[in-house]
Amino acid sequence: MDLYLPVANLSVNALVIVLLGGGVGFLSGMFGVGGGFLTTPLLMFYGIPPTVAAASAATQVTGASVSGAMAYLERDGVDLRMGTVLVVGGLIGSLIGAGLFELLTAWGQIDTVISILYVAMLGSVGTIMAREAWGALRLMKAGLPPPARKRRHHPMVANLPLRWRFYRSGLYISPLAPLLLGVGVGVLTMLLGVGGGFIMVPAMVYLLGMGTQVVVGTSLFQILFVTIATTMVHAMTTGAVDLVLAGLLLLGSVTGAQVGARFAQSVRPEYLRLLLAVIVLLVALRMAVDLFIRPDEIYTVQ
Amino acid sequence: MRAAAALLLWCAALLVPASASAADPRLVPDVSSRAIDIQYSFTGEELLLFGAILYPGQRLPDDRADIVVVLKGPVRPIILREKRRIAGIWINADSIRLRTSPGFYAIGSSRPIDQIVDERTAAIFELGLSNLSMSPTGFSEAKTLERFEGGLIDLYRRQGLFYQNPKAVEISEGVLYRARIPVPARVPVGNYRAETYLISKGRVIAVASRDVEIRKAGFERFVALAAERHGFLYGLTAVLLSVGLGYAASAVFRRR
Repeated sequence: MDLYLPVANLSVNALVIVLLGGGVGFLSGMFGVGGGFLTTPLLMFYGIPPTVAAASAATQVTGASVSGAMAYLERDGVDLRMGTVLVVGGLIGSLIGAGLFELLTAWGQIDTVISILYVAMLGSVGTIMAREAWGALRLMKAGLPPPARKRRHHPMVANLPLRWRFYRSGLYISPLAPLLLGVGVGVLTMLLGVGGGFIMVPAMVYLLGMGTQVVVGTSLFQILFVTIATTMVHAMTTGAVDLVLAGLLLLGSVTGAQVGARFAQSVRPEYLRLLLAVIVLLVALRMAVDLFIRPDEIYTVQ
Repeated sequence: MRAAAALLLWCAALLVPASASAADPRLVPDVSSRAIDIQYSFTGEELLLFGAILYPGQRLPDDRADIVVVLKGPVRPIILREKRRIAGIWINADSIRLRTSPGFYAIGSSRPIDQIVDERTAAIFELGLSNLSMSPTGFSEAKTLERFEGGLIDLYRRQGLFYQNPKAVEISEGVLYRARIPVPARVPVGNYRAETYLISKGRVIAVASRDVEIRKAGFERFVALAAERHGFLYGLTAVLLSVGLGYAASAVFRRR
């Protein structure tokens, strides 16, 4: 079934887009990632202009994270205080990102910067996650009990001034650490159309040392509000949000997110993390290969 | 824009031999639709350009006349970028600005253009993809320019935005002609001009044109306009839609 996208100015197969949204939504519910890191490249691969892809993916991530965040809120799996600090950082970051977006577009290097950022971020995050998950699995197979998790944050975080108590996360740290983390992820949301969960989740675990039971929920909470902000910024600056495209993606992803959140309860977290690491690495690899081989289109019109 | 096109056509008319008088043939062109509406299921359309050649005294000339039809979309300024391999990776290197690049250009003829007219005439009337004048700005060598224009033509041809078919025009009984021009889904909206040229012995002996409007209609028009003019409300709608759908799904699944 073909449907015309009024902002992207082309027609797409509606079913393909809904299924794409569904698959991404499933992952987002399962891992607490927004799934934008898959939506944006896949839409671009389908032939949607990069700006429209990034802007509409942000809108779709909002929908996917609402149902996910609600599911976790019900289970008391969100640290609201931590989430708020992250959101404030994210808002600052999305404004910085909007400025960068304009600058890079005028310079003509936005595509390359997006690709390199994807490869660097996904590659490093994926490698860390894979190593960690693989180690945990080996211990499990050997019948050894997993080592008592060191609930300690990074020394850099410990050295920051001003300390707040984050009860749900079981932390007593400076709010500056999550604030800066929020800013960084906000910039990425604006530039790449990603929620940033794939960075947020490991950063919360390995940098801040948050308790695992609130990591995914808090990440979804942050993603929800930051993607709302970026949708607004995109609508008011680039005008690249395609409502029809976002609607199709949403139809699939909100259902997928619910299924994914339920599915996550029945699988060992070690397997989940390894699977996410593999997916992240595959996307990174694909983007890296695209940088080095001759692209299909040498010429682009702006 | 329309005035500029009219001026161009008027100039073109001047180039038609001065002997133009009641003794010259006339073209009566038409198009299958004066307006193409882009709506939800739009996947492209085929525009039929047809018409009649009126010879004075209804006498057919001895030698064969050719028909060339051109459907041209609105021109706009673009920046064309070229990727090159630098330090192993492919990034945008050179770029040129083209001030009058048409967003759509289709040409159909009864024979290959180079068999109908000489290069000079083709250039004057902008017949053929390689004869489009796109007004590049800034200094660049002719060779560079040629490479870029070749790149753009290749890109747009594959997207269906540029189209050239030397067999598109069918002339029946020497007086009726028809040509089908495919219009792809990603066609830009705006005022189009369908031009018909009657060419005999390498000279353009009659020119006529019709306007075609390609526009978004209904819901699609509403959405595109809202995105353009009311960014804040549009963004708010997008947010409400996504939050609403997310909430609805959450509520539905909780009940189970």
